[in-house]
Amino acid sequence: MPLTVTMPQLGESVTEGTIARWLKQPGDAIAKYESIAEVITDKVNAEIPAPADGVMSELIAPEGAVVPVGQPICSIETADSASAAAEPSAAAASSVPAQAAPPAPATPQTMSPTQAVQPAQTHSASEAGTAQLGPAPSEPLAAEVVGAVAETQTDTQPETQPQPPSPAPTGSSAEPSGGNGAAGYHLTPAVRMLVREHGVDLREISGSGLGGRVTKKDVLEYVQQRDAGPVARPSSAPAPATPSVVSTAQAAQPAPSPTSVQPQQSPVPFTAGEGDTIVPLTPVRKAIAEHMVRSRQTSPHAYVMVEVDMSAVSTIRDRERAAFEQRHGVKLTFLPFVARAVIEALQRHPTLNASWSDAGVVVKRNINLGIAVALEDNLIVPVVRDADRLSIAGLATTMADLGARARSNHLKLDEIQGGTFTLNNTGALGAVMTQAIINQPQAAIMTMDLVVKRPVVVSDAIAIRPVMNLGLSFDHRINDGLQATRFVTAVQKLLEGMDPSGTLV
Amino acid sequence: MAEKTYIEAIRDGIREEMRRDERVMIIGEDVGAKGGVFGVTERLQQEFGEWRVLDSPLAESLIVGVAIGAAMNGMRPIAEIQFQDFILPAVDQIIGEAAKMRYRSNGDWGVPMVVRSPFGGGVHGALYHSQSIEAIFAHIPGLRVVVPSTPYDAKGMIIAALRDPDPVLYFEHKRCYRAIKGDVPDGEYTVPLDRARTVREGSDIAVFSYGMMVHTSLEAVDRLAADGFSCEVTDLRSLRPFDREAIVASARKCGKVLIVQEANLAVSVASEVAAIIAEECFADLDAPVMRLGGPEIPAMPFSPPLEQFYLVTPNKVEAKLRELAAY
Repeated sequence: MPLTVTMPQLGESVTEGTIARWLKQPGDAIAKYESIAEVITDKVNAEIPAPADGVMSELIAPEGAVVPVGQPICSIETADSASAAAEPSAAAASSVPAQAAPPAPATPQTMSPTQAVQPAQTHSASEAGTAQLGPAPSEPLAAEVVGAVAETQTDTQPETQPQPPSPAPTGSSAEPSGGNGAAGYHLTPAVRMLVREHGVDLREISGSGLGGRVTKKDVLEYVQQRDAGPVARPSSAPAPATPSVVSTAQAAQPAPSPTSVQPQQSPVPFTAGEGDTIVPLTPVRKAIAEHMVRSRQTSPHAYVMVEVDMSAVSTIRDRERAAFEQRHGVKLTFLPFVARAVIEALQRHPTLNASWSDAGVVVKRNINLGIAVALEDNLIVPVVRDADRLSIAGLATTMADLGARARSNHLKLDEIQGGTFTLNNTGALGAVMTQAIINQPQAAIMTMDLVVKRPVVVSDAIAIRPVMNLGLSFDHRINDGLQATRFVTAVQKLLEGMDPSGTLV
Repeated sequence: MAEKTYIEAIRDGIREEMRRDERVMIIGEDVGAKGGVFGVTERLQQEFGEWRVLDSPLAESLIVGVAIGAAMNGMRPIAEIQFQDFILPAVDQIIGEAAKMRYRSNGDWGVPMVVRSPFGGGVHGALYHSQSIEAIFAHIPGLRVVVPSTPYDAKGMIIAALRDPDPVLYFEHKRCYRAIKGDVPDGEYTVPLDRARTVREGSDIAVFSYGMMVHTSLEAVDRLAADGFSCEVTDLRSLRPFDREAIVASARKCGKVLIVQEANLAVSVASEVAAIIAEECFADLDAPVMRLGGPEIPAMPFSPPLEQFYLVTPNKVEAKLRELAAY
């Protein structure tokens, strides 16, 4: 069978990805691990490697499509599948669906009576309910079921099939694949039994399990509803899962809608006025927009800002910068100093290194510091993992490396996920006051603005001091002004209290 | 009915049975004057004298060997092994002799002996006072292996063990001793030695566990209950023989299974429970059978953070349950 490639899990809270660009077209030869597509999630471009050698068979998701994690994006014809297709009878006898089964009707397959009474037909009852349902590309749920269950059965004559689930021969033994990866969607023994027992049409059930799997609970709830009264037939348009079949745990997360392949649409129709131009939305732009809107809708943002006297930091930096640059080939900026102070303050104020959940505030054990990097057409937040283990020098070199690779688009996937707190060096662009939007699902984001020399009052005298505004946007669900201000002033005190004769270690 | 700790319940059971049956005696390290390192046999020597509560040398092979001889000569001995970690010198007596006696004598001889021993970690016991090696004995035909998790079961099962005509290994999780309290009836009652117990009824995930891990699992299950997930928790209680009927019934009912134990997983109690379910419940499963246990390293470390890493905690159970719930 052709190998179905699904949208990978691109980050812990990521539920879907956008196909930015297909790097391979149908007919192109593919080597294992070769990149086949560029995918965009919240803020990052990632390339999907080919799981096997072969030839690109079909692009299931078009460019620009938003695909939930675990849903198919393309299929690859591998050497195995080619030989299998050449011997339909052998393939039918095996427990693997024989045909390529693109969402369009597959190659007709005729069934001989001998095949129809093969022992595998004991399983066919569960498929009988689905067999008569042709796969419709516009119905993703059907496509899922087809992908897993009914692949070769679309071509058996539906009208001759018994409607309810008497274990009649339905044709090939198109068994669900045993959860061995690519398709990712299978029927467990319990679900099969229930489907057979209750004569359930799997197409009518939205799977609440992993990768859209229909669970035992889904079937039982469906049967209960169906038997209780008339069930609203799903329209041909993909509908979001009904609440009754979405499990509570999932409801807590942004539930991936079963709309598996649907280009994102702007909610408000818009027409350009005279002289206006429309800049087409790049996938990156859409991803950023989606993330920003979601963050604002998710977290009630509140803000706090303090001024920091950067004299001590400046003294250290001025003294060390030449030697540091020579030794590490990296500029010594204020960023690693502030980062170090933020890390220490987070250790004392752990609820700022946290996430909201309905079960409670999740206080993170690790401090993975995200550093916002502004690119011409993108925003990336590479993550310094276990940042609390690094010295100022270590932070400087690590962040310089991540920043450089962010600019050259060479970050690895695990370098842009798992952040627990974000620091944004807005001063690098010249800003003196900023209110940032929280990088979900974190509790807060800190901005460090430009260090400017300003007259300040020190012991009733006016002195010239390098001053920096330090701003915090925080999720008011998790922390109140009290905690947030304590945290920000802790960073302030750590920076102001640095020993001017200190080192970077 | 009074609320008692787990350790008091064991002591009550032993004391009452010693009053009723003068064949019951105790032999072990420090069980007499000191009353046991954990205090299970406290004040028993004062009441029953030093011939019924015998302080032994530091030789586990002797403790069990003497108990076997006493049992075959009409006594009902309890052999106390101070820590399960130290039971290994007595393995030949337990597996080589006691377990086989009834079989090799064609039913003429039995060994009505109870070997009591505390196991488990989480008490900063380090390498030699934290192990959970019950699986070694659960493998052996001819033995009964039981692990009570509540004071009620602790008393009822020690009395039942003392009345059983064959060797019973009665393992006590040392973290339960003073942490777990519950109602314990006064006077005589027994709890069957081969029956699991449904601790919590539920329908979504079947959780199987024993000893302290029952309580750890319950804590996690309660957290999931708040999110609308209903887990059924079964306390296995008997690790030999397993209560297949109860295991199969709960697994069938829920379709998703998590087995929780403190010991490492390879060739363990959890392995056997998973195998029973795989054999008997295939058509009812809605997810792979999952297991949670200690890591495959030689022993529980002393360092507190490393001990925490080793231990199965409510957080770890919760994470695994959520994984199953989402499957």
